Amino acid sequence: MDNKIPSGADETKKSIGTTGHVWDGIEELNTPLPRWWLWTFYACIVWAFGYWIVYPAIPLMTSFTKGTFGWSSREAVVADLNELKTLRSGLNTRIEMASLDEIEKSPELLAFARAQGAASFAVNCSPCHGAGAQGFKGYPNLNDDDWIWGGKADAIHTTLLHGVRWEADPETRISVMPSFGRDGILKPSEISAVADYVLTLSGLTPDAATDLVLGKAVFATNCAACHSDSGAGNRELGVPNLSDQVWLYGSDKVTITERINLGGGGVMPSWLERLDAATLKSLAVYVHTLGGGE
Amino acid sequence: MSISLPLDPRLAEPEPPLYAARKKIYPQAVRGTYRQIKWSILAITLGVYYILPFIRWDRGPNAPDQAVLIDLPHRRAYFFFIEIWPQEVYHLTGLLIIAAMALFLMNALAGRVWCGYLCPQTVWTDLFMAVERLIEGDRRKRIQRDEGPATLERFSLKLLKHSSWLLIAWWTGGAWVIYFADAPTLVRDLATFQAEPIAYISIAILTFTTYTFAGLMREQVCLYMCPWPRIQAALTDEHALNITYRYDRGEPRMSLKKATHLRAEGGLAGDCIDCQQCVAVCPTGVDIRHGADLGCIQCGLCIDACDDVMTKIGRPNRLIAYDTDVNIKRRQSGLSEIFRPFRARTLLYAGLILLVSGLMAYTLITRAPFTIRVIHDRNPIFVKLSNGHIRNAFTMRVANMLMTERNFTLNIDGIKHAQIEIVGGIPVEDNATILVVGPDQTREFRVLVTHDAAPEEHEPTALSFVLRDESDGRTAMARDFFRTPYTIH
Repeated sequence: MDNKIPSGADETKKSIGTTGHVWDGIEELNTPLPRWWLWTFYACIVWAFGYWIVYPAIPLMTSFTKGTFGWSSREAVVADLNELKTLRSGLNTRIEMASLDEIEKSPELLAFARAQGAASFAVNCSPCHGAGAQGFKGYPNLNDDDWIWGGKADAIHTTLLHGVRWEADPETRISVMPSFGRDGILKPSEISAVADYVLTLSGLTPDAATDLVLGKAVFATNCAACHSDSGAGNRELGVPNLSDQVWLYGSDKVTITERINLGGGGVMPSWLERLDAATLKSLAVYVHTLGGGE
Repeated sequence: MSISLPLDPRLAEPEPPLYAARKKIYPQAVRGTYRQIKWSILAITLGVYYILPFIRWDRGPNAPDQAVLIDLPHRRAYFFFIEIWPQEVYHLTGLLIIAAMALFLMNALAGRVWCGYLCPQTVWTDLFMAVERLIEGDRRKRIQRDEGPATLERFSLKLLKHSSWLLIAWWTGGAWVIYFADAPTLVRDLATFQAEPIAYISIAILTFTTYTFAGLMREQVCLYMCPWPRIQAALTDEHALNITYRYDRGEPRMSLKKATHLRAEGGLAGDCIDCQQCVAVCPTGVDIRHGADLGCIQCGLCIDACDDVMTKIGRPNRLIAYDTDVNIKRRQSGLSEIFRPFRARTLLYAGLILLVSGLMAYTLITRAPFTIRVIHDRNPIFVKLSNGHIRNAFTMRVANMLMTERNFTLNIDGIKHAQIEIVGGIPVEDNATILVVGPDQTREFRVLVTHDAAPEEHEPTALSFVLRDESDGRTAMARDFFRTPYTIH
């Protein structure tokens, strides 16, 4: 009975043959690659040469081959940014036309302005004010309700436009505290006394040995004109409130003494020339809605 | 005078070529059960593919009315009554798991059912072959014409064939892109050249691939490009039904005349008369009599061809059939056939399919109509106000997954006497704030919680943000903490 099984390696070997290679009795079947695969491989090589020609490719001594398409990554970024600008132009036009109050009342504009403001804040403002606008020593926290120049949206917008103590901008916000120590206006003992007195304005505990009567007298003569008798400050003039719990430089006596000695104040640039109107408005809305806005 | 060199006999023979030219296959037309099944599946799958995007499904005024739509610009996918948001893309994972398990299950039950009947490569190749046969005639005619001289008739028939192929390929690409936009609008835009460039580019790419794969490359795709034949071979077992040449019945093969003669003399002759019909109809050019083969897509057309011949010569059908090697061996040993569709692997695959579909059905049925997510500000974690109170700020995202605008109110439990302010909300009387979220949209609100924090309180206060739908009172909740300078973690 020749009922031979025509399956398995014998039959395959017979039909497609072997390469003749034998290793330890294991034969290699002749299964050549399809020729179109070879052509695809050649086509890829040709394609690669095409890339060299049409795109920037080969570095030269001072430059590089520019490619016949004239494509450059910088221009591609510019094109992308322009596309984005066009995409946002509709909403940005509405932002420019609307008042800050109107922007905050429209859910669509508010969402857009906050997003755009957050992005711009991260690039332009966070180096000084911090990524979350939490502030640093000498750079105000924008989340709290203590505003030197006012916490209404319009006031924030004005600060953004013209900056603080930014000499290049004639409309910049200026308030200068005299250098009481460095310029010899007050004696060290007077500065020490008035620093302790300032601590009492916000309920902090002064040095027990200090002459608070002297401190109060020094304050009334030298400080109250701007900071007022209670230390509440004056936003019209950009004078900080000394009677609250928020301190720009710190609430310890050493820091306060240092500020009285040196006077002056921080500087914020004017952004009018650097950012467009819609971005500035978006920034104002963003900062105003962080939590401390009035 | 001649010099004889000692030659390595292996070097004497030329090395076989590294690359092989494709042998053109001329599959012959065939009729029968499996051909009929293939035609039906072709009609159903292509019908679904080409018609589905045009089916409408009313979802109200704020949503597209296309039954099946993948809306990439708005990040939504629609399937009849199901709507998927980007965060629910795990449904896609579920679908892919089900698809893979279904593929494995098919393989464990009856081999390459996918390859033979359902794979787009097979369906479109079948369609292209049908068109080819319609224009150029059947196998014999095509071989003769291709081997004959170049005539105007041959040229015009080829031109007609390739144009028809390109037309089908173009239509295939066109049907693909209308799954991604409102179908009637996009068809009109495409026709008037107002559609987005990406639509035309996608159609061009799919036209090219369909034409190349189904028209020119065909079995080459299965043999050299597709991973499934290799995976399939590793996943199969001896009880999986495969298209099998029953050599126990077929061998020894011989001509009909010889077999009839031999049988009359009482000798043993196989049923196979070596007529090569199974090879002639094979779309991948395989000889099924060699046994299981990488090139065999198991479409069953050789069964039809062989049955036809067996009927003609008066022998029983199914010399080639869905069978297993186990059964061949059992028949040879005089044992009865066994079929074991219920095996550990089939039960496992079916169980996994049931499990995943059950999970998906559950998540779809219990899908929340709106969700709330709250993120505590990372920096600063708290803000000290001028009166010494502490404020925590949260970003709250409300997703309204229904097709109507809805009004919500927010209640924060867990902290007493706290002042709550919501940037973006509309203040109403009684200190309440209405949060309006548009249909099928998410909206971000900034929630400010201010409290007169006690320095002796060292534990963060647990907060529950309860969002309430004003229209029906349903709620959704998120948890977070109120932190102060005095809390230690």
